[in-house]
Amino acid sequence: MIKVQNLTKRYAGFTAINNLNFEVERGEIVGFLGPNGAGKSTTMKILTGYLPATSGTAKIAGFDVFEQSLQARQHIGYLPENTPLYQDMRIGEYLRYRAQLKGVAGGKIKERVGDVLEMCDLSNVERKLIGSLSKGYRQRVGLADALVSDPDLLILDEPTIGLDPNQIRQVRELVKNLANKRTVLISTHILPEVEIMCSRVIVIHKGKIRASDTAENLLRAHRVAGALKIEANVHGDDARLRLSQVTGVKDVTEEADGDYTTFQLKLEANAEPSDEVLRLASERRWSVRELVRRRATLEDVFVELTHADS
Amino acid sequence: MRTLFTLLGRELKSYFYSPIAYVVMFFFLIATGFNFYSGVMFLNRSEAEVTVVEASFNTVLFWFPFILIFSLITMRAYADEFRMGTFEMVTTAPVQDWQVVAAKFLGAFLFYSLLWVPSFGYFVAFQFITGKQAAMAAGAYGGTYLLLALVGMLYCSIGCLASALTKEQINAAVMTFVAVFGAFLGGLITFIFNVTNPVLRDLISYVSAIEHMADFSRGMIDSRPIVWYVSMTALVLFINLQVFQYRKWKA
Repeated sequence: MIKVQNLTKRYAGFTAINNLNFEVERGEIVGFLGPNGAGKSTTMKILTGYLPATSGTAKIAGFDVFEQSLQARQHIGYLPENTPLYQDMRIGEYLRYRAQLKGVAGGKIKERVGDVLEMCDLSNVERKLIGSLSKGYRQRVGLADALVSDPDLLILDEPTIGLDPNQIRQVRELVKNLANKRTVLISTHILPEVEIMCSRVIVIHKGKIRASDTAENLLRAHRVAGALKIEANVHGDDARLRLSQVTGVKDVTEEADGDYTTFQLKLEANAEPSDEVLRLASERRWSVRELVRRRATLEDVFVELTHADS
Repeated sequence: MRTLFTLLGRELKSYFYSPIAYVVMFFFLIATGFNFYSGVMFLNRSEAEVTVVEASFNTVLFWFPFILIFSLITMRAYADEFRMGTFEMVTTAPVQDWQVVAAKFLGAFLFYSLLWVPSFGYFVAFQFITGKQAAMAAGAYGGTYLLLALVGMLYCSIGCLASALTKEQINAAVMTFVAVFGAFLGGLITFIFNVTNPVLRDLISYVSAIEHMADFSRGMIDSRPIVWYVSMTALVLFINLQVFQYRKWKA
């Protein structure tokens, strides 16, 4: 569906993206991750034909985004960053205009607009002026706009920004329901969302792809260490020193909370020291209140991939 | 074609979303109404051998508000969309650049044309009340409104170009005013200075809106001004398209 080859975009004295290569297959939901300024939006703008690339090519459904821009754009539903909308139109009116502009057949416009209003939970505000809407509503109007022509490919630039947790869940469900039939490229900063929604993750940093794989594989491949939290009354024992001598423990921090002390153990990659810690606790007669093993998350991978040389 | 009409529909509607359309229409109605009134009054006082149509469209009272309206009509066209970022939505839809440029221009031109509709009423009322002809012949009406359309076409395209050059409406308005006023003043040179060079004289009268109006409002429809306005409008719109693409891709 998307095929990007050696894509580079340079602004005066600044390279936004550098020799990017990736492919997205039909039906995939791909999370596009990276810190601010990594080049996510720039890549999306090139894919949607809004910006020309300095060099390299990008194809949407086999159409070059520059040479056959019109055909390529016919396959895309795009939600830009910041969701620019006409302030002076009403929601329903705007969506009908957009449907018409995107070539939805005249007889189908009413049905499609009704559907997307429903999907984005906008039916009861159809008559409202866009200029008077809150950020969350504007975001949903943008999303409805992206969906209105029932496109094969959705490119969503931070669709959940400005939404409350319930709405974020709605968007998540919406995007998940779109899967199978459509391809979605979604950029976001909310990493747990990506783990739930996306079949694949592309991490981009400083204009280069750092990783492209499923979230699971990324976690495995990058062997990002997890952590262990133990909350215990150690009765004055020098627990911190003892815990730090357990194999696989890199570092221990402690924080007192009345009689109890919370120890945060940073672990080495793939270490499993829970047994040893428990044995130590019973030997030293600590009263353990809580022992939690925290698995590495995508957030840890993200930090490791993008923090190293920033 | 459908895309163009969709864009054009949105352009035309957008004039009426904002109060500016009503302000312009109100202002223009007063100006043309007063202009017509003073044309009739002028004829009442003198024995001048002109018709009401000629007396109404060949005065400073006509030209001054006429030149002002183009700034007001076209200033929003592109500037507002660049500022609000809404061009990102327009240009990432399956829309071609020329369609955007054509829709902006046609929207401005149709709104401008709409402003002239009430003026038919003046001459109808004049003939109805006095029982006299307001113009020499039907051709004089046709000529007058044809020229209004031609001049309006060129000045609207200039306004659209100015708007495509900036993000601020006010800059667009000032640029349009300067350009339109300059174009108009160019045609006035022979009235102000004694131009003796015959080539220069011909050149100035070839582009002079005020001289064209003098002819057309008498029903003398000349093909040269038609060629001039149509070709200049095409040229300005072509530049407009280049500017639009340049700005779009520079963003």
